[in-house]
Amino acid sequence: MTRIFADQIDVELTVNGEPVEARVPVGQHVIDFLRQNLGLTGAHASCEHGVCGACTIRVDGSSVRGCLMLAAQLDGADVWTIEGLSDSDSIRDLQEAFIARNALQCGFCTPGMLVAAEELLAQGGVPERTAIREHLSGNYCRCTGYEAIVDAVETVARQRAGQVQSGKVRA
Amino acid sequence: MTIQFGNPDRPNSYIGKTVPRPNAGRLVEGRGKYVDDITLPRMLHVAFVRSPFAHAKILGIDAEEAKSVKGVLRIFTGADLAEICTPWVAVLEHLKGLKSPPEYPMALDRACWVGEPVVAVVATSRSAAEDGAALVEVDYDPLPIVTDMMSALDATTPVLHTELGDNLAFQRLHEEGDVDSVFQTAHKVVSAHFKTGRHTGVTPEPRSILVDWNPAERQMTAYHATQAPHMMQTALAEHLDIPESRVRVICGDVGGSYGIKVHVYPDEVATAAIAKIMARPVKFIADRLESFTTDIHARDHEIEARIAVDAEGKILAIDVDDWTAIGAYSVYPRTSAIEGNQVVNLCGGPYDFANYRAKTTVVFQNKTPTCQYRAVGHPIAVTVTEGLVDMAAAALGMDPVEIRRRNMYADDVYPVTSPAKMRFEGLSHHQSMDKLVALMDYDALRADQAEARARGVHRGIGIASFIELTNPSPFMYGIGGARISAQDGCTVRMDPDGSIVALSGVTEQGQGTEAMLSQIVAEGVGVHPENVRVITGDTQVTPYGGGTWASRGAGIGGEAALRSAQALRDSILEVAAAMLQADQASLDIRDGQVVDTDTGAQRMPLEELGRIVYFRGDTLPDGLPRELVQTRHYITSEYPFAFTNGVQASYLEVDTETGIVTLLKHWCVEDCGRIINPQLVDEQIRGGIVQGLGGALFEEIHYDSEGQLLNGSMADYLVPMAGEMPDMIVGHVETPTKESALGAKGAGEAGTAGAPAAVMNAINDALRPLGAQVTEMPFTPERILRALGSIED
Repeated sequence: MTRIFADQIDVELTVNGEPVEARVPVGQHVIDFLRQNLGLTGAHASCEHGVCGACTIRVDGSSVRGCLMLAAQLDGADVWTIEGLSDSDSIRDLQEAFIARNALQCGFCTPGMLVAAEELLAQGGVPERTAIREHLSGNYCRCTGYEAIVDAVETVARQRAGQVQSGKVRA
Repeated sequence: MTIQFGNPDRPNSYIGKTVPRPNAGRLVEGRGKYVDDITLPRMLHVAFVRSPFAHAKILGIDAEEAKSVKGVLRIFTGADLAEICTPWVAVLEHLKGLKSPPEYPMALDRACWVGEPVVAVVATSRSAAEDGAALVEVDYDPLPIVTDMMSALDATTPVLHTELGDNLAFQRLHEEGDVDSVFQTAHKVVSAHFKTGRHTGVTPEPRSILVDWNPAERQMTAYHATQAPHMMQTALAEHLDIPESRVRVICGDVGGSYGIKVHVYPDEVATAAIAKIMARPVKFIADRLESFTTDIHARDHEIEARIAVDAEGKILAIDVDDWTAIGAYSVYPRTSAIEGNQVVNLCGGPYDFANYRAKTTVVFQNKTPTCQYRAVGHPIAVTVTEGLVDMAAAALGMDPVEIRRRNMYADDVYPVTSPAKMRFEGLSHHQSMDKLVALMDYDALRADQAEARARGVHRGIGIASFIELTNPSPFMYGIGGARISAQDGCTVRMDPDGSIVALSGVTEQGQGTEAMLSQIVAEGVGVHPENVRVITGDTQVTPYGGGTWASRGAGIGGEAALRSAQALRDSILEVAAAMLQADQASLDIRDGQVVDTDTGAQRMPLEELGRIVYFRGDTLPDGLPRELVQTRHYITSEYPFAFTNGVQASYLEVDTETGIVTLLKHWCVEDCGRIINPQLVDEQIRGGIVQGLGGALFEEIHYDSEGQLLNGSMADYLVPMAGEMPDMIVGHVETPTKESALGAKGAGEAGTAGAPAAVMNAINDALRPLGAQVTEMPFTPERILRALGSIED
């Protein structure tokens, strides 16, 4: 390592509800910190320049690109990854809708897609399909063609709004 | 036992139903295991120094400063690796005349494209390896370059590989009938010049490999994001001088492949070579720039084509002159001549006509090598064919649906051989077209189009019929000498608890292979799919097979699974008959229970049978076969390929002020034979369509005249995102292949095959009243405005 990247910084944060203390290289991205230091491999590094959304995680309540934020910026942050969102059952309905509608194929984009979709769903209401498409336009999926994802998100929005019974997904 | 597919209420009727994918649950929880998720003890990382020149002599390499970077352990040049790795030559004997020079894992004394690996830096972390790579000094002497496709064979163009004599990699001319005289006398002749953009796959998971070499066991283990583990096993063994039995390729979760991950890549072989030298695990994960410069490219074609029709719209002749440039090397081991060859095989595919000429010319150039990518050659052939058919219809004043109906092979004519000498066992062009027209409500759409046009809004309807090549036999690669298996196998066993394990040679990249196999095995044995555990992607564990490519997983791997499952059922029932002192023919297995076939009365659960066989075998008669495991392999034999067919339609709007195309809706009716899982097939079609729409509207790799790649990021190379994509209506016709009991043909590439042509025809349908036409993909706003004459120069 060259001298400029040898510098390290101490951070204290919460990840998936658990306290984490770490000394991180100042040049290390959040996605690498999560994957390499904490073993949280659910979010993925893909384009590594903020276009594809595979590394999307939740930081202090907002969707964040793990490849565009430095681990050194996480001091005091509240970070949630797909692992914590799964363990806490907080997006179980969305995950089940993705499975039922086959809204994932290879699954590489899925953790990031789910975080982005939950950000929209958390706003409440039943968004139009075009609004769902627009909101997910920062998350690249090469497998599905997106329609199944839009269907699944729409279904969960309707379920949460009480418009349909849970478990019923448009086939 | 013959499965009564026509009876949806038959026992164990899982084939033909949507069942959940067994692997989806862990993927939505982020519990997938992709190669980069694996960390091994003492693991190292490799980063590559890559050529910044399209063509240059390598005069010297100075790695001293790089060695001083903390964490950097070793640095390898091409010459270092050549000592333990033999070069490969990517030719196939049945592609007569195909030539390509020997290629090494890293450049020796000459780099031939921007991105070719030149030096490997190995370090304890990827970041240290990259820091080291940045400090390696390579002294290059630039050489004359070849970038332009159409002048690659000119006498004044430098020859890229002088030892080959010229820049021609491959050429094939196919001629049937009397093309020239037909064109001289035909009622109407229409010609056009088409270009398809140079694409790449942009897999979400970049190419990834982690190789471990255990010198004590002389065993190599490669964790690899690949579609063809056994092919990779052979390639690594052959070129690194290891017995094939001592190379194990493990393919876990793969983050998208689409044909990108079915090739032997120099940097991946280099990673394996380095692991062997250092006797430590070495990981290589391509970064996104490396993906753009070194993943295979595809579809870089220019085609001059013409069609002759009579006054009734009957196609008399098609004449195609296809050119493609494949970069600096033919890609190992499938070669880079297949795509052009496919264009020759597939043009005119849906149509019953007599006079056909097609020529493909495949040339070398100083760019990233091209090779097979989803729907190999199909989008090009369909674009040319369907573009010409629409232009002919317009010239005759005929409806695009009508001209197709007048020319498509009749549904009752099969088997038939096309003028390209492709043999079709059974297709359904007319049924598919009828279904499409009904699904899209064609007449209402035409009315909507007319109404919009009256308002000054330019909407277009585009139709594209197509054929798709699936279930390849050894005629695709094996006869050319490549050790790529067209056969596939499945081992099915019953464990003591009555659960079933299926090990298959086909692989999962997200298309649902494991779900498909689980339901076939479940039906074949007589258990619930949840009680079938499917294992794929491990050469040390699964039967030898070809893997997943050319839409072969369901048709080949599925048939092997069905046959092995039915054989296991027979084995189980033989034991059950002995235990129950019953006639084996009177017993069946339903939902995990041995039952009386006639009454359905339960006789014994499989777990009880398992308990007796595995733990109280002493109570069974001597000599009773008790192997609750069966393996079957399957290969097609009657036809070289199982062709499928389909037809797509696009409805879109062109903003003639901005040139922007808005996709309103898309339809596809296709016939992949027996549908095993309707949802998975539909989503293969939808995903494939969108991959084709990307090619139609956005995707194109750009190079400058110096051979520099200009758009090596996802900000610059545009792919379809959710906002621009339409909803898609998918319908099916089922014409099962008679070659197999299952009757399945492939479905993975149909969407990609037809979508670009449907969009092109829709755009041209919208622009026709304005006298404009586009034939060069992608159809960017600029190209559309140029066609409209809104911008010049």
